[in-house]
Amino acid sequence: MSIRHGLLALLERGPMYGYQLRAAFEESTGATWPLNIGQVYTTLNRLERDGLVRPLPENDGGQRPYEITENGRADLAVWFATPINRTDRPRDELAIKLALAITTPGVDVKTVVQTQRTATMRALQEYTRLKTRGDDDLDLPWRLVLDAMIFQAEAEVRWLDHCEASLVRHTRTPRPTSATSRPAPEHSEVTYERS
Amino acid sequence: MNVLEIRDAYRTHGTGEASVHALRGVTLTVAPRELVAVMGPSGSGKSTLLNLAGGLDRPSRGDVFVEGQQIGAMSRRQLAAMRRRSIGYVFQDLNLLPSLTAAENVALPLELDGVGVRKARQQAIAALGEVGLSELAPRFPDEMSGGQQQRVAIARALIGDRRLVLADEPTGALDSQTGEAVLRLLRTRVDAGAAGVLVTHEARHAAWADRVVFLRDGVIVDTSGPLTEAEQLLEPAS
Repeated sequence: MSIRHGLLALLERGPMYGYQLRAAFEESTGATWPLNIGQVYTTLNRLERDGLVRPLPENDGGQRPYEITENGRADLAVWFATPINRTDRPRDELAIKLALAITTPGVDVKTVVQTQRTATMRALQEYTRLKTRGDDDLDLPWRLVLDAMIFQAEAEVRWLDHCEASLVRHTRTPRPTSATSRPAPEHSEVTYERS
Repeated sequence: MNVLEIRDAYRTHGTGEASVHALRGVTLTVAPRELVAVMGPSGSGKSTLLNLAGGLDRPSRGDVFVEGQQIGAMSRRQLAAMRRRSIGYVFQDLNLLPSLTAAENVALPLELDGVGVRKARQQAIAALGEVGLSELAPRFPDEMSGGQQQRVAIARALIGDRRLVLADEPTGALDSQTGEAVLRLLRTRVDAGAAGVLVTHEARHAAWADRVVFLRDGVIVDTSGPLTEAEQLLEPAS
């Protein structure tokens, strides 16, 4: 997600200055996405340059609030109306790491999978604890962000399970090579040879 | 003292060439106020493990202790009494008796154990109250939703002073909100002093546990729990 659209959405509630925006942003994402104030001001400058927000006069405290412009509103509406394309998201480092682990000599893929699964499961336990601790007092927006993280972590654990099962199956029944047929290796050892 | 202790348990079905090793050297302990989730693909030994824990099955090798008592050394009668008094089960397929009301279903284990009908009924209604169903006490299972039936099954599993609660896919076919309510009940009971084992294939549900063990081909391959103190020191500060 762009911080850009996050800030535009917050300004749609009314004018705010930098620190207010940062606090509101973190509140609505349950502090799962910490922003530094520098990021907020850089983004505000770009939004101003593109005519999506405009600065208002400084208040007594010397803070300059910003307000959303008509163009900004239109941009925000398009953002809400457009689904997020999966290919626009950052590449999945974990998937790449695992693919490389399989093809890199001397790497124990099983351990890579298990280490990651333990870590992801711990994160999932932590999110679940946060959710149960707050229970009904939790704001709906924060609860939904938490749920999103829970479902994503769950998907990752499932995928890792799937990887582990595939590894086991793969080592049990190696693809027969054209010249010789090799005996199946012990499934406890995960070794890969490219044929 | 651990409520459940499984020591190096093996369970083999059949003999010779055709034998299947459902569990191969599993060690697992569960303390009071601890909920342990067991995850793993179909056929990994999850249900076998739960059956051993509940005394429904005995290990081919190794030992199982419930509240310090060795299950292998018990007579069938002793084992049946222990199952009625100390162990509560929540099955995937509820196992409610259709011809009994909710209250009667919940009171059944107590009555089987010799508690008077009246007293058993009172406790059953209190147990139904704990799962938020006191007003449904006179209803029959087919007059309740799936989620309500599952809560009745939980009330039945938790009635009396059961120290070990075993749940096999207790969220079964329930929708995610109802499933969560079921897990919350289980968690509450464990927090109040019971020991729990939850078998599930859903990581989201396993995450309610203090510890998650992963079974594959009858072996625990992985355990995820709170970080140890040493690990905490290695964790980067957030």
